[in-house]
Amino acid sequence: MSTALGNTVAFQTHLLDKRGHQLASRTTMPLRSDEDVVALRRHVRERAVAIALSLVDQTKLVTAASELARNTIKYGGGGEVHLDALQDDLRRGVGLVFVDDGPGIADLELALRDGYTTGGGLGLGLSGSKRLSDEFEIDTRPGEGMAVEIVKWKR
Amino acid sequence: MERIPILRMGNLLLVTIQVDMHDRLAMTLQDDLTQRIVSDNAKGVLIDISALDLVDSFIGRMISNTAAMARVLDAQTVVVGMQPAVAITLVELGLTLHGVKTALNVEKGMALLGKTVF
Repeated sequence: MSTALGNTVAFQTHLLDKRGHQLASRTTMPLRSDEDVVALRRHVRERAVAIALSLVDQTKLVTAASELARNTIKYGGGGEVHLDALQDDLRRGVGLVFVDDGPGIADLELALRDGYTTGGGLGLGLSGSKRLSDEFEIDTRPGEGMAVEIVKWKR
Repeated sequence: MERIPILRMGNLLLVTIQVDMHDRLAMTLQDDLTQRIVSDNAKGVLIDISALDLVDSFIGRMISNTAAMARVLDAQTVVVGMQPAVAITLVELGLTLHGVKTALNVEKGMALLGKTVF
């Protein structure tokens, strides 16, 4: 985990600086089992309700979280997720950063294509969660794990 | 092991999903339903998802697969009660539940099955 985590810390700092988001608080949860995914869905729902996201946006965020959490476990060999309360000048948001130290992704463009999968799934996890999020960013290198950040803002 | 109960009414099987399913539980339900279609000689399967506030690609695929398996076992499947926010999210995610019959509620789902089954 150490290399990926080191990369991820730098990556997140870079993301936050670049966008002028303020990180109001951060909680970290493990992603190892099916039950962890269910627990994450519940926590994300609570965060979404807390900033009064619409029901549709809540559902989109929780669904994207479920897809990415499954990817972290299935392809990344497990990892963790940071739940961030975000704030900029005008609005509040929920940020989620999924981190693993698995094999990473060599061809991001291909991995983001609808229907592309190496795991026998539908190939909608990455591309679908990108569509469901307001912001979506991936940092990965082959062999060095990956970090995926999504953000949903209160409209 | 944790399981979702399957009720039998005549030659129909009725499932109401009321918990946030983890992936193994979804797979168990798919296997159980397929077994029960054969053992109960069922002609229709009604899956009520009105209590689900999320259908992701895994659950969506489980529903599609169950409907396909039921079809080759000579049974019809109807999924009822999908919440509007879930429908919007599902389509944006890229899932259309191709080949799955749907109805707005249990009553309409029973009527739909009644036309094809009885």
